[in-house]
Amino acid sequence: MQERQIMNQEDVRRALTRVAHEILEHNRGAEDLVIVGIHTGGVHLARRIAASLREFEGIDVPVATLDVSLYRDDLGVRTQAQTKLQQTDIPSGIQGKSVVLVDDVLYTGRTIRAAMDALVDFGRPQQIQLAILLDRGHRELPIRADYVGQNLPTAIGERVKVRLLETDGRDEVALMLEGIHAEEETDVAE
Amino acid sequence: MSLSRTIDTPEIEEALAAGTTIRKHVLDLDDFSREEIHDVMNSARSMKEVLGRDIKKVPALRGKVVVTLFYEASTRTRISFEEAGKVLSADVINMSASGSSTEKGESLLNTGLTIQAMGVDTIVIRHPHSGAPYLLAQELDTVNIINAGDGLHAHPTQALLDIYTVQDRLGGLEGKKIVIVGDVLHSRVARSDIWGFAKMGAKVVLSGPTTLMPPDLLLASNSIIQSTIGSLVEFDSDLDQAIEGADVVMALRLQQERQNAGFLPSLREYIRRWQVTDERLSRANPGALVMHPGPMNEGIEISNSIAHGGNSVIEDQVTNGVAVRMALLYHVTTGPTQLD
Repeated sequence: MQERQIMNQEDVRRALTRVAHEILEHNRGAEDLVIVGIHTGGVHLARRIAASLREFEGIDVPVATLDVSLYRDDLGVRTQAQTKLQQTDIPSGIQGKSVVLVDDVLYTGRTIRAAMDALVDFGRPQQIQLAILLDRGHRELPIRADYVGQNLPTAIGERVKVRLLETDGRDEVALMLEGIHAEEETDVAE
Repeated sequence: MSLSRTIDTPEIEEALAAGTTIRKHVLDLDDFSREEIHDVMNSARSMKEVLGRDIKKVPALRGKVVVTLFYEASTRTRISFEEAGKVLSADVINMSASGSSTEKGESLLNTGLTIQAMGVDTIVIRHPHSGAPYLLAQELDTVNIINAGDGLHAHPTQALLDIYTVQDRLGGLEGKKIVIVGDVLHSRVARSDIWGFAKMGAKVVLSGPTTLMPPDLLLASNSIIQSTIGSLVEFDSDLDQAIEGADVVMALRLQQERQNAGFLPSLREYIRRWQVTDERLSRANPGALVMHPGPMNEGIEISNSIAHGGNSVIEDQVTNGVAVRMALLYHVTTGPTQLD
């Protein structure tokens, strides 16, 4: 399948570094922060952002992982392969904390809605912010990101693929070009 | 991908063409591949995390209706399924044969059709006749069937929770020696466990009175069993010998009604030769797990000190049962309901 590269390795690195700086600026430091990565892509990005925060401020920010499958609204139309569960692990708790949710692509906003529903089952955070590597538009819910790596206008039918070092051996965001039959789409965001 | 917009049937068809199985029913473990068992174990681990939360509730099965249809007495299995369904936000309706239209002579099939007509999504059935869940699975179109024990045939959810418990404690089943002691002949738990354990690569040794062993499992002439799991199942009536080097020892309930049916010389002799005791357990591997599907007859198939001793994971089995049943309810309810 043909594809067009949107972000290369350096673009991803710079975007994440900037997002980390913005998080520090907005929260005036990293105190009382918890970074929550949404499986699967968001978890890797959350760890990288936490590493940057450690580098910039010398503070260890707790990283939690969240699987939102049990909170989705489209269980009835997903296949069993798409609903494999992964570990939710929120070791530090979120009561009274500022939570930064991290995901790779923001599209309809339904994943984030599910993530917020899941989060509040673990306590009452002081606030929830959202960091996204790529915002491709087409929201179906009133949700926006606080920190955006890159905005990319897309058509609804188009598919975006995020490849990460941890799972694919390289960092890259690509737009799958239309008119060619999609095969590999299990880890396409949303 | 735009799954939230429309029912994306082409995608589901594609997934099916690529060999993805969509599980509608859980009848026995014989049609579970090792990969699928691994999937269930992974989901169960996530479900166990949910059970450990302060708020034990997720909305996954909101709006789904589960009926537990029990034609036999049960506490742990029925309550376990009820809790599993409720934690997942399904509405769970309990029905037992006594007090229902069954007493007026309604057949199993008609009861099933009635429940289906009410729009129920999943039936969890326990029945004294082997094969009863298969009848419902065959005749009902829109309902998922989960077998919670049928006659002497199968109890797949118990076997999956046993696999989960062993995997959780020992890290895996490959190459482990699992000794199942007692009345294998009348035990649907043992039958499903044998399939499951052997599929996961464990070596299963059956021990007990020869009169309580299922001949079909031991005969070399049974080609299906021999070709699939036969090489991994052995029989040794001498428990002291069988337990040597075991990683797991599972005692089965000696059903009281068998004692008078000529299967045993006497209860005393059974206790002397096959009770799981401290002395016998000392021959197993250090740290060997002691399991029992319950309900226990303490002092008969298992000694008091063993049942509540440091090697016992019997209460773990119960806890894990809820997580495994959550995983199964979630798996069968996921995806389009009227696929075939």
